[in-house]
Amino acid sequence: MSATAAPRLVEQLRAGLDAPICLTWELTYACNLACVHCLSSSGRRDPGELSTAECKRVVDELREMQVFYVNIGGGEPTVRRDFWELVDYATEHAVGVKFSTNGSRITPSVAARLAGSDYVDVQVSLDGATREINDAIRGVGSYDTALSALERLAEAGFAGAKVSVVVTRHNASQLDELKALADRYGGQLRLTRLRPSGRGADVWDELRPTAEQLRALHAWLLEHANDVLTGDSFFHLSAYGEALPGLNFCGAGRVVCLIDPVGDVYACPFAIHEAFLAGNVRDDGGFTTVWRESELFRRLRRPQDAGACSSCTQFDACGGGCMAAKFFTGLPPEAPDPECVLGRAEPLLAVRGIAELPRPATDHSRRSARARACDESPLADLQPRV
Amino acid sequence: MVAFDLERPWTLAPQVALRRERFGALAYHFGTRRLTFLKTWTLVAVVDELSEHPSARAACLAAGVTDAELPAYERALAGLAEKGLIAESSSQ
Repeated sequence: MSATAAPRLVEQLRAGLDAPICLTWELTYACNLACVHCLSSSGRRDPGELSTAECKRVVDELREMQVFYVNIGGGEPTVRRDFWELVDYATEHAVGVKFSTNGSRITPSVAARLAGSDYVDVQVSLDGATREINDAIRGVGSYDTALSALERLAEAGFAGAKVSVVVTRHNASQLDELKALADRYGGQLRLTRLRPSGRGADVWDELRPTAEQLRALHAWLLEHANDVLTGDSFFHLSAYGEALPGLNFCGAGRVVCLIDPVGDVYACPFAIHEAFLAGNVRDDGGFTTVWRESELFRRLRRPQDAGACSSCTQFDACGGGCMAAKFFTGLPPEAPDPECVLGRAEPLLAVRGIAELPRPATDHSRRSARARACDESPLADLQPRV
Repeated sequence: MVAFDLERPWTLAPQVALRRERFGALAYHFGTRRLTFLKTWTLVAVVDELSEHPSARAACLAAGVTDAELPAYERALAGLAEKGLIAESSSQ
């Protein structure tokens, strides 16, 4: 096969593709919850959010670029009045949709509608197998809301809903229970990494899993490699020695990116900061030009300086870890991941100045937003009809 | 589990989209929501040829696969069949 062998896959991906494989698209900063670790510091709608027509133009571009699917999130995306119109528009144009929701708008009729579509996938966020552990992160009532949504989806015949869990110090011991919970609803467990992004920066130190928990998580993920999803979230744990399933590299600006509610394009969903801002879909040339020509993305696609990590025996396994996690914990890009499994970031974390940590580009948190009841709903465009 | 038969006609499954890349192609199955990498251009050419031929073997030969390479491509196609990316076609 030598005459037709293509360049090595991961090298090609690191150098960037002409179009993302998939991307995250946060449709609104509005949310009826106020999760303490929210990546996008959501709460209030931004008056500059993309209009329906602008969103459809983005979908047109994604179709043209052959982006297979978008991960829609927010905020709580279903509170947008045109949410279903946009979902239909995307799927009719061969752009698949996976959306994340807290479940508050998954009524029986919505569940039935979702069960009827092959092109829409649902992720219900849940951060604990028990009410107490979940609600401490996501707010009072959010556990019952999520389970009720899963119940409705299962009843409607929607197979394989994802139960999406951010692994924290408090739920890291509940992995078996979380998997059993997902199984109970005919769903699939999806675990992702707690990032120090958005409001997550404020709680990262107290919520991040301990070193022992990370080691146990790595073993658990290897054991459940075939039936638990991670979105390649824990590639930094591959440095324990055995690689986790997936590509195990940072795809930010190379094969993935984020479009935020006002159309800003960032390198990844965990990097809402000017340092990772590539452009805006409203710019001349739209998303396509931002993706292909922005200075930031071009830079990310060139070989990166791995600093001290380049001499580490595990560098090929973890690639130095997560760019955004380093940035928001005050570590330079060439430093080890703050959760370096060899403990090489700990001395750096111990001396960093908390007061000087970078702050997210935008903060749409409602005032005094912190794990409060989800029945408070000051959403600007909330529809009374559910 | 789908048994793959090199002598039968095969085609890209209806819910699957292919996107050509420098390394080969990306294949996405909208039903299973799984992404697969086709890591050689020859394999992409074979998949392209499938629906034009009465057997997968003929498609391989048309795409330039040699007899010596055939077992490797049979395994690769069996893998694609198992993931539901290609399906046996009844039209031929």
